Amino acid sequence: MARRNDPVALIDYRAGNLTSVRKGLAAIGAQVYTPDAPSDLARAGALVVPGVGHFNATTWLDNAWRAAIKEAVTAGMPLLGICLGLQWLFDGSEEAPDLAGLGMLTGRCFKLPATVKVPHVGWNSLEIAQPSPLLDGITDGTQVYFTHSYAAPVNPHMVAGTTHGARFAAAVQREAVWGVQFHPEKSGEAGLQILRNFIGLI
Amino acid sequence: MLSKRIIACLDVRDGSVVKGINFEGLRKAGDPAELAARYNAEGIDELVILDVTATIEGRSALAATIREVSARLFIPLAVGGGIRTEADAAAVVDAGADKVSINSAALSDATLVTRLADRYGSQAVVVAIDAKRDGDRFEVFARSGQQASGRDAVEWAREAEARGAGEILLTSIDRDGTRAGFDCPMTAAVSSAVSIPVIASGGAGTFDHFLDVFTHGRADAALAASVFHYSEHAVSELKQFLDARGVPMRL
Repeated sequence: MARRNDPVALIDYRAGNLTSVRKGLAAIGAQVYTPDAPSDLARAGALVVPGVGHFNATTWLDNAWRAAIKEAVTAGMPLLGICLGLQWLFDGSEEAPDLAGLGMLTGRCFKLPATVKVPHVGWNSLEIAQPSPLLDGITDGTQVYFTHSYAAPVNPHMVAGTTHGARFAAAVQREAVWGVQFHPEKSGEAGLQILRNFIGLI
Repeated sequence: MLSKRIIACLDVRDGSVVKGINFEGLRKAGDPAELAARYNAEGIDELVILDVTATIEGRSALAATIREVSARLFIPLAVGGGIRTEADAAAVVDAGADKVSINSAALSDATLVTRLADRYGSQAVVVAIDAKRDGDRFEVFARSGQQASGRDAVEWAREAEARGAGEILLTSIDRDGTRAGFDCPMTAAVSSAVSIPVIASGGAGTFDHFLDVFTHGRADAALAASVFHYSEHAVSELKQFLDARGVPMRL
């Protein structure tokens, strides 16, 4: 059973630099560690799957990691996917059609349309779709920082959408499985608030 | 709707901001962390630290500066100036930079762009282009504007994008320091030629200059240094000015 002071397991699957995420979590008072092996997840109070770059990077999360993450989540451990980490929660992505995602959420990630500048870089608005503890303290229209070329589809678990060429899922929540396409660790006070909301689940 | 970004540049030498700072009430004049916090409170969208140090001692001061600035700042931070190798980039990323800006080193070895993009992701790689008008083309210069490269800014921006750059930071050498306005035609030419965002730099003097570069110049972001040092509320006033004129802003 997770306890209030249990640390956050920040999963490092070699998809970009984790310094900012680590600093963001530290700023709100979370204890953070990077698990070396799937068996190392057991002592966590919550999981964060960050990541930037190509969907191919998720191949590092092999069957043992996937099994351990699914087992932890099934047992009720909160999980937050950030950017590529959110995309990985879905069935897969056009970016790497042969790779399976974790499949906790239904749908495939798609490339943002060429009618707008891609990648989508900068601050864009959250369009709140349904109430969620993820969005506690966040008002409709709040701007957060994005940097990505692929995006998750609008789906029944979407709690906030954003539009850039197409509408996509900016934040999802299915019980204790949370995901955000934007970077809460780079989104000023609003981003820190969302990290606090997540840590509050522990 | 995606907002246009306002980016403040801190020119840092040996751990201190070197361009004129007129903010009152700063505990220590030229302290980058304090200035960054001030800009953040005013609503700046992003920060760039440009290291103008030439010495080894200064380089290690830079890492300390990045650590101090990023410790209390939760908006994107880019660092540039003198980054020539993967090891240089690693030093600033490990210190807390989200993006690395490379200029002359990319011109002399364009594979550096791809190597950094492979290692950190394209979102972390900004290719800075310093260019000067030469008839109807835009000549790219290396080494802080000292050395003509023989390359055209539009063509080089396209190549940088193809090699994995995530953004272009385009500085007009003709306009830099003049406060005569951004080079809108050059910015528009580069911005139209690539899909990645283009940050316009060089020449900011008035709020209207920003309006021009976001409309006629098709810039995705605009960067300035000294113009934000004039008054305590320049950043928030600029953003309100632009928002009122239809340029999407984060307020």
